[in-house]
Amino acid sequence: MFGFTRAQATGFVLMVALIILAPAVLYPVFLMKVLCFALFACAFNLLIGYVGLLSFGHAAYFGMGCYVAAWAAKTWGLSAELSILAAGLTGAALGMLFGWLAIRRAGIYFAMITLALAQMVYFFCLQAPFTGGEDGIQQVPRPPLFGAISLQSDMAIYWLVAGVFLLGFLLIHRIVTSPFGQVLKAIRENEPRATSLGYRTDDYKWVAFVLSTFLAGIAGGTKALVFGIATLTDVHWSMHGEVVLMSLVGGLGTLFGPVVGALILTAMENYLAQFGAWVTVMQGVVFVFCVLAFRRGVIGELGALLRMKL
Amino acid sequence: MITIFGKPLLLLYGQLTLGLINGAFYALLSLGLAVIFGMLNIINFAHGALFMMGAFVAWMLLQPNQWLPDDWTPFGLNLHWNLQVPDGIGVSYWPALLIVPLIVGAFGVVMEKLLINRLYKLDQLYGLLLTFGCALIIEGLARNQFGSSGMPYAIPEALSGPIDLGFMKLPAYRAWVVVAAASVCLLTWLVIEKTPIGSTLRAATENAALVQAFGVNVPRLMTLTFGAGVALAAFAGVLAAPIYSVNPGMGSNFIITVFAVVVIGGMGSILGSIVTGFGLGIVEGLTKVYYPQASATVIFMVMVIVLLLRPAGLFGKT
Repeated sequence: MFGFTRAQATGFVLMVALIILAPAVLYPVFLMKVLCFALFACAFNLLIGYVGLLSFGHAAYFGMGCYVAAWAAKTWGLSAELSILAAGLTGAALGMLFGWLAIRRAGIYFAMITLALAQMVYFFCLQAPFTGGEDGIQQVPRPPLFGAISLQSDMAIYWLVAGVFLLGFLLIHRIVTSPFGQVLKAIRENEPRATSLGYRTDDYKWVAFVLSTFLAGIAGGTKALVFGIATLTDVHWSMHGEVVLMSLVGGLGTLFGPVVGALILTAMENYLAQFGAWVTVMQGVVFVFCVLAFRRGVIGELGALLRMKL
Repeated sequence: MITIFGKPLLLLYGQLTLGLINGAFYALLSLGLAVIFGMLNIINFAHGALFMMGAFVAWMLLQPNQWLPDDWTPFGLNLHWNLQVPDGIGVSYWPALLIVPLIVGAFGVVMEKLLINRLYKLDQLYGLLLTFGCALIIEGLARNQFGSSGMPYAIPEALSGPIDLGFMKLPAYRAWVVVAAASVCLLTWLVIEKTPIGSTLRAATENAALVQAFGVNVPRLMTLTFGAGVALAAFAGVLAAPIYSVNPGMGSNFIITVFAVVVIGGMGSILGSIVTGFGLGIVEGLTKVYYPQASATVIFMVMVIVLLLRPAGLFGKT
């Protein structure tokens, strides 16, 4: 079904069940934060896990998504789904331009270029009048869905966020299992060989980049509507560091890894917030530990243990 | 008043010197990155954090009484060590210029031995991720210990006055930074290009296995190269301490711009990264005069143009 293996299908059903049941136990705003970051991490993982491209500037698309959705909902008074769509399209447009520039270089240079371009976006957001500078865009109202269904209660918007996340998740899975996705994996494994088979690898990388930034924008837009705020934190490189860490902890190149990673990291931040700057130190330690001894991540290790592809 | 393209000459000179100073730091940092990348094939994201560490170590050596506790109970033991240092005792700027790079360089050697040398067989991307984690740790620790606001570091007395150049008055310290940075860059270039150690290093960069077969201890060479690159960053940190306030965020602000500098110059040539660093500092200074809104982003824009015209970088080999 949907190209899932049996283990993946079981995992998916389990995940959907958890999403439905969790708000009965856990605070919905926390869960929405997890889901937004999970979608963001899945979008990032689409590039690093399946194309082998390490972007170091995904916060730019996420953050611009936040700003655009907040602006659309607050100033233009657009409905929820249109605000989120506008955020995704902004991410995609920015990704088209930046991806076109960045895929000229491979490997480590690609990472540095995407980081530098993202820093440019950060400075733009710092100065541009519409972002509100240091204050950000605050008190964004939650617009009604399709202009009719109110999202004022946390549970109402929770179902929207869950729906957006699941659609994005399935889209990524569909991309990865499609013939297009097979070519992406071929490029990751051996790019010269993929070129010699007649694939225009740069075009494939570019399209994958745009798809990834589109979903990062969607994730950002959803987050802006949930929290009613868009700030400079969302475009800062440290935000990108968090999403890299989520994917790494969960397992790069796995289907469920980024979701699990987002859950672990968001929970860690929530419960350790009282320790202030120690959170950064702990994130650094987790980074170092994962790179040295835990490169497959939680889901990767689990999959290896069960000999299944998760 | 003399003007050039409608801007007063003095303003232009002022921003040009500021640009040169920034350029000096870009050059020192990108030089260190290039040396490390050439030998270890790793992009050191922690370079900015180590630059910040250099500034902090200089500050800590200068004023030990400001951070050493009067009554220290290590690990909660009932020892009550008195570490109180009288005012006026501490390592001043000039010895710090030598001592700090040694201390931070030694830290770099430990970092390479403990962490980085486990990654040589893996994809380069893991090196970037690991050093990113190290940067978070160093920055977070500094923030915990000293808070986010900056500490002042006084300009050494010998350099506190202005130098009269005839057409403008230049603060002596700023002139010193440019001269010192340029000399260290040149010295590094000489060591790499003209000495036996440098030729071994260049050979190992080209083909490590072959050099090892000639009896050179390549792993040790790698460790020392990393230490030397880190020492360069720490030296830049000491130079920067009196100019910028010493604060935990000073490194990460710099390092991303330095990455763009590295992309523009290409990491193929040592001289290339020096020239690019100084050049881009000047470009940034000029932008501050003629179109200040773009001064923060101009280097990134240059990067975009270079990527379009010469993807390998100005001095890079394709």
